[in-house]
Amino acid sequence: MQQEGSGVMVSSTSAAGASSYPPIAGTLPEEQYEWRGAPVARLAFWLFLAGEIIILLTLIGASIFFRLTYPGWNEASSYTNVVISTINTLVLLTGSLTAVLAHHYAFASRWALARLYLVLTMLCGFTFLGIKVFEYSREIMHGFLPNTNAFWMFYYGITGIHGLHVLAGSLIILGVLFYIRKKPSKYAVENAALYWHFVDVVWLYIFPMFYLT
Amino acid sequence: MSAASSAHAHELSFWRKYIFSTDHKVIGKQYLLTGLFMALIGGAFALIFRWNLANPGTLTDKQYLMFVTYHGSIMFFWVAMPILLGGFGNLLIPLMIGARDMAFPVLNMLSYWTFFLSVVLLVASLLVPGGGFSGGWTLYPPLSAIPDLYMGAEPGTILLLLALALEFASMLMGGINYVATVFTMRVKGLTFFRLPYFVWMQILAAFLFMLSVTPLIAAVFLLLMDILLGTHFFRVTAEQAGSPVLFQHLFWFFGHPEVYVILFPALGILAEIFTSQARRPLFGYRTLVWAGIIAGILSFLVWAHHQFVAGINPYSAIGFSILTVIISVPFSLMLIYFGITLAGGSIRFSAPMIWALGAYAMFIIGGLTGLPLGALTSDIYFHDTYYVVAHFHYTVFTIVILSSIAGIYYWFPKFFGRKLPERFGKWHAILTLIFYNGFAFPAFFLGMAGHPRRYADILAYNYLEEFQWVHQLMTISTILLFAVQIVFAFVFIRSIFAGEQVTDPNPWRATTLEWLAPSPPPHLNWGDTQPVVEHGPYEYAVNGELAKQGIDFLPQGKLYRLQKLPEEVAHHLGGKGEQSESEVEKATS
Repeated sequence: MQQEGSGVMVSSTSAAGASSYPPIAGTLPEEQYEWRGAPVARLAFWLFLAGEIIILLTLIGASIFFRLTYPGWNEASSYTNVVISTINTLVLLTGSLTAVLAHHYAFASRWALARLYLVLTMLCGFTFLGIKVFEYSREIMHGFLPNTNAFWMFYYGITGIHGLHVLAGSLIILGVLFYIRKKPSKYAVENAALYWHFVDVVWLYIFPMFYLT
Repeated sequence: MSAASSAHAHELSFWRKYIFSTDHKVIGKQYLLTGLFMALIGGAFALIFRWNLANPGTLTDKQYLMFVTYHGSIMFFWVAMPILLGGFGNLLIPLMIGARDMAFPVLNMLSYWTFFLSVVLLVASLLVPGGGFSGGWTLYPPLSAIPDLYMGAEPGTILLLLALALEFASMLMGGINYVATVFTMRVKGLTFFRLPYFVWMQILAAFLFMLSVTPLIAAVFLLLMDILLGTHFFRVTAEQAGSPVLFQHLFWFFGHPEVYVILFPALGILAEIFTSQARRPLFGYRTLVWAGIIAGILSFLVWAHHQFVAGINPYSAIGFSILTVIISVPFSLMLIYFGITLAGGSIRFSAPMIWALGAYAMFIIGGLTGLPLGALTSDIYFHDTYYVVAHFHYTVFTIVILSSIAGIYYWFPKFFGRKLPERFGKWHAILTLIFYNGFAFPAFFLGMAGHPRRYADILAYNYLEEFQWVHQLMTISTILLFAVQIVFAFVFIRSIFAGEQVTDPNPWRATTLEWLAPSPPPHLNWGDTQPVVEHGPYEYAVNGELAKQGIDFLPQGKLYRLQKLPEEVAHHLGGKGEQSESEVEKATS
C-alpha cells in the first residue's frame, strides 16, 4: 500500500514483495536461545513487594503527619495493650524463624522438613490473627472505635491492613504447600518466605508506633 | 483471525482460545476492544453534558456533574490505560523482543479479567440508587468522603472506588508482567539499548505506574474507611480535623506520573511510526531513552502543581513550580528530536503517518499551553477555568485518541491480517483533527476570559451569558467528532472480518522484530524459528551509508531455525518441527 508512496526507496532486501515469510538465515544451537533467563518469579515478586512497601509507607507517613498535629495521641496510645501485642510480636518472629528454616530446607531439597516448617509458619499467621481479633474485641468493648479519635482511626486502619497482609501471607503459604506437592519449586518457597518477612518487618514498625509510645 | 495457527496436535477449545486465553495477542486484543468500547461510552457521556452546556437546563446539576465525573474517570482509567498499556503493550512487547509470550501468561489473563470485573463495577456504580459519584474524577474529599453532603450517592461512590481499586490491581499485574518479560525474555543480541523505543517507553510507564499508584491505593483504602466507618482521615468535623489536602497530595502523587504512564507509550508509538514512515533512524536514540528516564524521575517531584490554590504552603508552591518548568526540558528534547528525525526524511503520508503527525502537532500545543499552568503566578488565574480543560484535552486527547488510532492504523495489518482502508484513514484523520480543534481550541479563550469549568447552567451567571455561542460551537464540533468516530467503529469492525487481506508480513518495510512474524502471528509467535538480533532498532537508510549501498533498511534481526524445539512449542506443534513453516505460511495467506 505504500511502496508506491514516495518512490524514493528502492531496496534490495524488500524487493521480494509478496513473499510471506522472511528467509531463514540458519540453525540456532540450543545454548543460544536465551529466552527465559534469570529466575523471573523472583524479579516479579520483588517488584510486587516494592509496591506493597510503598502502600504501607504511605499509611505510616500519614499517621506521623497526623500525630504531629494531634496533641492527644500519646494519651490515646497508652490504652493499647502491651502484653498482648508483645506476645503477638513473638508469634510473628517465630513465624519468621520457621520461614527461614523452610527456605533453607527447600534449597537443600529436603522437602518433608520444608513442608513442616511452612505449615508451622502458617499456623503462626493464624495464631496472630486469632490474638488480634481477641485484642480488637477487647478494645471495642472498652469503647475505642475507629472514629473515636485520630489515634484510633490510624490504629485500626494500619493494624487492619497489616492483618489483611498476615492473612494473605498465610494463604500464600497454603497455596505454596499445594503447589509444591505437584511441583517442588524452591523459588515458590522463597517468595512465600519473602512475603512473610515483609509482613513481619512492617509489624516491627507498627509495634513501637502504636503500643510502646 | 486465522484458525490455521494451531492446525495440528493441540487444538484449543473456543473458550480457551478466545475468552480465557493466555496468549498475549488475544489478551491484547481483548484490552484493545474493551478500551475502544469504553471510549464510545466516555465519548457519549461527553456528548450528553456538552449538549447541556449548549442548551442549559437539559440536565440537572447532579446529572451534569455525574457525566463530567464519569467522562474523566472512564477516559483515563478505562480507555487510556487498557488501550495504550493493556492493548499495545500486550500485543507488541513480546513480539518486539522476540519472545513467544509474556513471562506470566496466566497472570496476564487474570489481569484482563480483573479489569473486566472493574468495568462491571463501574457500570454498576452508575445504576445503583442515587446514581454515580458526581464529585469529579479526582475524587476530592469532602465530596467523596461525605456522600450525604453531596447528593446522596453513597453506593455509587463506594462501587466507583472499588472499581478503581480493581483497575489498579489489574494494571499492576500487567506492569509487573511487562517488566519481568522485558528483563528476562529478550532474544539473543537484543541488548537494552537495542530495544525499540516503544518497549523502553512501556517499561518506564510500568515502573512509573507501580511506584505511583500504591499511595493512591492506600488513600482509597482510607477514603473507604471514612465512608464506611466514619473515620476522619480526610473529613473535617466539629471535634476532629482530618486533612482533605492530604488526599489531594496522595492523589496527585499518583495523578501526575499517571499522565506520563499514558504519555510514554504514545510517544513510543509515534517513534515507531515516524521512523518507518520517514525512513530515518530515530535521532538521538540513547538521549531519548535517558530523557524518558529523567522525565520519569522528575514526574514524582511535581505533583503539587495541581494544588497551587488548595491551601498548600506558598513556599513549597514555588519549589513545585520550578520543578514543573524543569520537567518541560526532557519533553522539549523529546519533541525536538522527533522533529529532527522527520527532517530530511522521505516522508510517506500514509494514514498512520497523518495521524501521528497530527498527534505530534497537537501535543506541541498541549505542551506549550501547560507552561502557564505550571508557573505559579499565572496558574492562580487559570486554575479551574476552561483553559485547564483545553490544555488537558490537547495533551490527553492527543495521547489517548490520536496516538492510539495512529497505532491502530499502523499495526492493524500485523494483528488482524487485514488492512484498514487507507483512504478512509486519511479522511478520518483530517476530519478528527478539524472537529477536535473545533471543540478544544475555543476553550483556551473561554478560560482566558475567566470562564470557570464544571458550571452546569452557564445562563445562571450574567457574565457568562456572552459565551453561550462559543459553547454551541464547541457542542457542534463535539457531535461531529463523535459521528466520525462512530463511522470509524463500523469500519474497524468490518475490516476485522472483511478487510483487504495482507500478503506481506512487513507492509511498511519496518525494521523491528514484530514485522518478521507472519500476520497475524500464530500462537507462540515464532513456530520452529526464532529471531536473533543483529542491529539497532531503526536502521533506515535515507542519506546514510546504507543508502549508498542501495539498501533501504536492515531488519533488526534474522530468523533462525531452532536446533531443538522448546518443550511447550513442541507440545503445541505436535512435535513436528518440520510442519511449522508451512503452517506459518498458511497463517499469512
